[in-house]
Amino acid sequence: MISYILRRLSVVIPTFLGITVLVFSLIHMIPGDPVEAMSGERGMEPERYARLMAQYGLDRPLPLQYADYISRAARGDLGRSIVTQEPVLREFLDRFPATVELSLCAIAFAICLGIPAGMIAALKRNTPVDYGVMGVSLAGYSMPIFWWALLLILFFSVSLGWTPVSGRIDIEFDPARVTGLMLVDTLLSGEEGAFLSAVSHLILPMVALGTIPLATLARMTRSSMLEVLGEDYVRAARARGLSPLRVVAKHALRNALIPVVTVVGLQVGTLLAGAILTETIFSWPGIGKWMVEAIHRRDYPVVQGGILLSATLVIFVNLIVDVLYGVINPRIRHTR
Amino acid sequence: MKPQTSPASVSAEELRACAPPSPFAELWRDFTRNKGALFGLSLVGAFVFLAVFADWIAPYSPIEQFRDAVLTPPSWEEGGTSQFLLGTDPVGRDMLSRLIHGTRLSLAIGLISVSLSLSIGILLGLIAAFSGHKVETAIMRLMDVLLALPSLLLAVAVIAILGPGLANAMYAIAIVRLPGFVRLTRATAIGELSKDYVMASRIAGAGTLRLMFNTVLPNCLAPLIVQATLGFSTAILDAAALGFLGLGAQPPTPEWGSMLSGALEFIERAWWVVSLPGVAILLAVLAFNLMGDGLRDALDPKLKR
Repeated sequence: MISYILRRLSVVIPTFLGITVLVFSLIHMIPGDPVEAMSGERGMEPERYARLMAQYGLDRPLPLQYADYISRAARGDLGRSIVTQEPVLREFLDRFPATVELSLCAIAFAICLGIPAGMIAALKRNTPVDYGVMGVSLAGYSMPIFWWALLLILFFSVSLGWTPVSGRIDIEFDPARVTGLMLVDTLLSGEEGAFLSAVSHLILPMVALGTIPLATLARMTRSSMLEVLGEDYVRAARARGLSPLRVVAKHALRNALIPVVTVVGLQVGTLLAGAILTETIFSWPGIGKWMVEAIHRRDYPVVQGGILLSATLVIFVNLIVDVLYGVINPRIRHTR
Repeated sequence: MKPQTSPASVSAEELRACAPPSPFAELWRDFTRNKGALFGLSLVGAFVFLAVFADWIAPYSPIEQFRDAVLTPPSWEEGGTSQFLLGTDPVGRDMLSRLIHGTRLSLAIGLISVSLSLSIGILLGLIAAFSGHKVETAIMRLMDVLLALPSLLLAVAVIAILGPGLANAMYAIAIVRLPGFVRLTRATAIGELSKDYVMASRIAGAGTLRLMFNTVLPNCLAPLIVQATLGFSTAILDAAALGFLGLGAQPPTPEWGSMLSGALEFIERAWWVVSLPGVAILLAVLAFNLMGDGLRDALDPKLKR
């Protein structure tokens, strides 16, 4: 097991270093240089330009700058936002819980609907139920989620007036920030109606963000389930006269879920990419919206830090998924 | 008594009927057996037709503004006119014309970005498969780095460097799709390399370039074609997403995604501005997905009966 983890790490660490090089060179690949970009169209006098270049350390040789960047990043210093002058890491941590809350709810939504739907489709193979589930899932898979979000708003917020359009909670509530997760904080504050307000703000973004994982999980569960149902041990269980429910729940489902677990883990990337769109539409104050705004404002330290931190998150979660996969499926540990 | 045909009198025509179908005929037969794939193919055909003849089919120019007909509803709605079948947008441009011209843009984006990443991907993948340990590791590690970033995030990062715009969006999408093609080419090429015909060709004195492109590559094409078709749908989707965020095509370009980017403002007054471009994106993406799935089933010998 340990050698398996070490083997995974030997792949992950170079990848991570590659990301840091990529992110570091980002700021040097911009046409012109960052200081020029900051000065805008008015330009700036040469002394100020030289001072700023020195202040950001941009006048030193590249390898030195990279070493400096790595050592500062390792200490949690990712620079300061050009616009707000706040440390990038602080800005990220302020917004991160909002994205986590949204993503967790979205993946929970996808799991709760996607796995049963895929299971039912597999059990009712080649019936209208199967075609229905697969058709809906294909549509969900092909859906531009920013448009799906607009449709949800059009129907539930504008036509029916059931849910609010943007933000995380109504302005009249201001729960103390304990965990940063609005659902938990509103419960802790004990304010009447606050929790419900948070839930009503969360529902549409959750559905919008969860749709692609939902479609992926339904397809994955169906094909995995079909494969398992054809295995000898399932036939053996049937032959022993076990009830169909028992065969499915105890023998088939457990084994069918092994690949599905990996797919759930791999959705982190999809969720982060989807968060960029979903958060922009619903004005959800998370890291996706933060990064899009940073690009429009040409706030490069924020873009740099945001990409580094998101990539780190994806690599880290994928590593955990790989290790977990090794735990639940011992066969994988012994193959290369 | 009926005259019996002796084996010797079988006509050439009958013989041809018994011969195995040509590979293309077989592919076509397997492909058309799949209803979804056929539907996808006809949708793609329709989109290509619209894209090629957009100038003749679209009633107006996509950027012509009818200032006295701002936000006209579609013709079947109350207040709509037959002059603008699908209504007009907030500055009075004909929705139908913009959607038709958008087809051309979306297909061009798909074509250019997929060809870019396919050709570079094949090249890098073959180099990785044929070269020794070090070059291969370098290429594959680089691809791992690109894969570690979620697709849209990587595209956004590329746009951050190059600046917003339609051409840059295409480059960004090509870079995002690159690792998939490199990995696929390398994996299939390595699988082919160990086979006898490659060895025979090597012994016959074929050079590396000939081995790469004449011997091995044609046998790796099937999965690459499938991947490229599916790549079309993700390219269209990602380009629309970038356009929506204001990082792709810039106004007044009639790109489907950027048509939606200001739409939230009008959601209470003009549903057609919000919903129609999305229908177009969904149909195009669905069409290429169905076609890609159908091609995969038809090309994959493992799935054949």
